[in-house]
Amino acid sequence: MKALAGYLAGLLFGLGLAVSGMTDPARVIGFLDVAGAWDPTLIFVLGGAVVTTFIGYRLVWRRQAPVLDVRFQLPTRRDLDGRLLGGAALFGIGWGLTGYCPGPAVASLPGLSWPLALFLVAMVSGWWLARRSSPAH
Amino acid sequence: METMSGLQGALGGVLIGLSATLLMGLLGRIAGISGILSGLIFDRGGDRPWRLAFLLGLVSGPALLMLTGSGLGNTAAGTGVVGLPVAGPLLMLAGGLLVGLGTGLGSGCTSGHGVCGLARLSPRSMAATLVFVLVAMLTVFVSRHMLGGSV
Repeated sequence: MKALAGYLAGLLFGLGLAVSGMTDPARVIGFLDVAGAWDPTLIFVLGGAVVTTFIGYRLVWRRQAPVLDVRFQLPTRRDLDGRLLGGAALFGIGWGLTGYCPGPAVASLPGLSWPLALFLVAMVSGWWLARRSSPAH
Repeated sequence: METMSGLQGALGGVLIGLSATLLMGLLGRIAGISGILSGLIFDRGGDRPWRLAFLLGLVSGPALLMLTGSGLGNTAAGTGVVGLPVAGPLLMLAGGLLVGLGTGLGSGCTSGHGVCGLARLSPRSMAATLVFVLVAMLTVFVSRHMLGGSV
């Protein structure tokens, strides 16, 4: 059942990225290029997603626990630190250089190309490096 | 065309929000792609089956739209569902490494911080989202308008 839940959530996410056009790096870079022919599409995607999630979370949090697990697993930290902000900055550079963040990069697998394959291998290597430098691992 | 693209963007955003709601309601988890996928690859334990299933679902969404020829894509060129990379191989390598390293160190990406974190009103996610969006805009400005690169 948990795997089915995971599949359905992944499917909705993948459909959302594809329908919204986020599986096209040209659209994403069009949004990031504020000094060029600006493409506002990403704002609608983020807006639609955040509003839906905001309402949806508050509905499901009325329960004591999720349907298929014993508790909601939510991050509890509220402080800002260099790791968070430095990581976000590095991510921003990579996102701006390519137009890919992790979701769209993986969801674009059905249209795999060599440059995308390189991106995915490098991204996984980056995750590995980050974990190696993490105090928790 | 612009209106249509915005509408499809909002519709896709709602689908992403439903996905995040489903994952929270059923499994109690944040729909953060970098966390789910890096966890699938590097963590052992009971989360692997649903994370693997999520990955399969994530890939099968666009694949279904492509196979059915639904015309529901929203690429800038107006054709197809999955757009081609615009950066060359070297930039894709460097960019991929930065995206992996950055989302690993920063504990999240556009979905975990940008969608779920903003919806939770998390101060860490708001700060991270502000930083990666502004830095990405600056990166595009420098590479496109100052260096005149291909991106």
